[in-house]
Amino acid sequence: MTAAAAPLLAVEGLRVEFPTRRGTLVAVHDLSFDIAPGEVLGVVGESGAGKSITGAAIIGLIDPPGRIAAGEIRLGGRRIDNLPYAEMRRVRGREIGAIFQDPLTSLNPLYTVGRQLIETIRTHLDLNEAAARQRAIDLLEEVGIPAAGRRIDHYPHQFSGGMRQRVVIALALAAKPKLIVADEPTTALDVSIQAQIIELLKRLCREHGTAVMLVTHDMGVIAETADRVAVMYAGRIVEIGPVADVIHRPQHPYTVGLMGSIPSIVDDRARLTQIDGSMPRLTALPTGCAYHPRCPQVFARCREARPELFPVGATRAACWLLEVPAIASSGAMA
Amino acid sequence: MTDELLRMTDVARSFDVSPPWLNRVFERKGRVILKAVDGVDLTIRKGETLGLVGESGCGKSTVARLIVGLYAPTRGTIAYEGVTIAGAGASRDEAALRRTRRGMQMIFQDPYASLNPRWRVADIVAEPLRLHRPDLSRPDMAAHVAALLEQVGLAAADGTKYPHQFSGGQRQRISIARALSTNPSFLVCDEPTSALDVSVQAQVLNLMRDLQRRLGLTYLFISHNLAVVHHIADRVGVMYLGRIVELAPTRELFGTPRHPYTRMLLDAVPDLAMTGVARTAVAGEVPNPLDPPSGCTFHPRCPWANARCREENPVLRPAGGAEVACHAVQEGRLPPRLVAVAAR
Repeated sequence: MTAAAAPLLAVEGLRVEFPTRRGTLVAVHDLSFDIAPGEVLGVVGESGAGKSITGAAIIGLIDPPGRIAAGEIRLGGRRIDNLPYAEMRRVRGREIGAIFQDPLTSLNPLYTVGRQLIETIRTHLDLNEAAARQRAIDLLEEVGIPAAGRRIDHYPHQFSGGMRQRVVIALALAAKPKLIVADEPTTALDVSIQAQIIELLKRLCREHGTAVMLVTHDMGVIAETADRVAVMYAGRIVEIGPVADVIHRPQHPYTVGLMGSIPSIVDDRARLTQIDGSMPRLTALPTGCAYHPRCPQVFARCREARPELFPVGATRAACWLLEVPAIASSGAMA
Repeated sequence: MTDELLRMTDVARSFDVSPPWLNRVFERKGRVILKAVDGVDLTIRKGETLGLVGESGCGKSTVARLIVGLYAPTRGTIAYEGVTIAGAGASRDEAALRRTRRGMQMIFQDPYASLNPRWRVADIVAEPLRLHRPDLSRPDMAAHVAALLEQVGLAAADGTKYPHQFSGGQRQRISIARALSTNPSFLVCDEPTSALDVSVQAQVLNLMRDLQRRLGLTYLFISHNLAVVHHIADRVGVMYLGRIVELAPTRELFGTPRHPYTRMLLDAVPDLAMTGVARTAVAGEVPNPLDPPSGCTFHPRCPWANARCREENPVLRPAGGAEVACHAVQEGRLPPRLVAVAAR
């Protein structure tokens, strides 16, 4: 709702391709969205929806031969998708922090966490060793690591899973970035630890005014954390809007099905809504709307043409059912 | 007695995780014993779904493996349909045990690792039959396999395919078909939907519910996901560091959680209904199971712990409609739970 001011991150027409021997696979099609300063945008979808690829594209970490084939990514007005490698390294870390799912693989097991933090801090900020070490201790304290002054000289294996994820968050925040891309930051953690980490992320981003792109398959995490949410299916956004609207008044039939299929600890339903079939493979995307083979409300047009995002209140959803016939589809992008 | 299918009495299982002998000699260290399951009493009634929840390392998977006989208990006994199948007094007659065990099957978490990639689906589903029903003729077996595949929502023709040709959800259906091949009455399901996407998870949960109704199955359903357990189980046991700390009918457990750990877990679950609700952060982590705290193992994280909790391990006792292992609950000094869901 606050996207009126200049967005911090603007993604327009992003297309990510993976050339293979059997032709080019398009993992992300014509994706456009933006994130306002300090905003938390949740990106949800099931495996293969393209949500992690989108995150990787923004931080410039798409593994070759995968490549951004079209579109633009702008951070604070500056284009970052076509930067040379060395320059992108400076953006990554300094302006965009990254948090990945598995905290053990994001940390180097051979260096103490302090060494890794100090290196990151000194790469991006003009600080001497002692000042960088002090900042590293402050960061560890800020993310809730007890006895940070002593723990700074410990190796990653000496930390528990939850504590490691705190260290990774400290690393992501080390250079005070304006945006953090968090890809499934709590998926590898137990529920009680997950709650702690979500709370921590929320608090830190509020205090620092950091925007977050939170990629996850867990709608519950999004519900508690995000301001807006984008639902992805088969490489496209099918619905995007304020979190309460998307969860309580979903517009796209896929979002409706997705919400109904999530078991809850507060309601008593005999059956979950089930979406038959599964996400199409990238090699065999259906014609028209990619969701049409699984959609309970499919009609002829869905098979022929792909709907664009139609506005419904503050939400926009890509479904022919939501097309307002009087207004020709002018495609007003916010 | 009549409707009791499985009874575990004071079952414990420990693992020796000591360093090698030579290291122990040089480093002057003793053996290290991990008590994965430490005194579990549990009964499962015919036709019900018993959910077992807990965080990683709490011993819930070990309970599953003890029941199906993949591990032998270090203490205690397990009885199935009144016959002791593990522990002291278990029959030595392997063939008889196998006949008893035919009634129970297991479904594993990872449908990618639990199906042999080099076998056709029909062979995978028929494997338990070849072991338990060697008397069946080939055509009978093929007909049976086709019926099983159709029962779980696959086509009979899918039997000629290999596992890699199926999605995660379809593979879990194959696992279920294999588990059903010996006409079991009891399925032990260890995180059967944890590797699946939510929409596929809903398909599998609905299928399991339909099969239960149609075939009168009993489930032990193990999961770390409280919402899934809330959805599928009739009764729920909550495990913490190898012990059951609370056991109650589902509605009771989720409506009036009694054990402080259960309350903490329920407060931690992110839920769609909780959009924008501030929650009380949960303190602490699960302690190292190699060196569990004295007394009640939850006491270092428990806001209501006192001297007795630090010394004496509480046992599971009836409290209201539940069974709870907590001194504070038993002494009545636990305040009622503050419901975290704000009005919205």
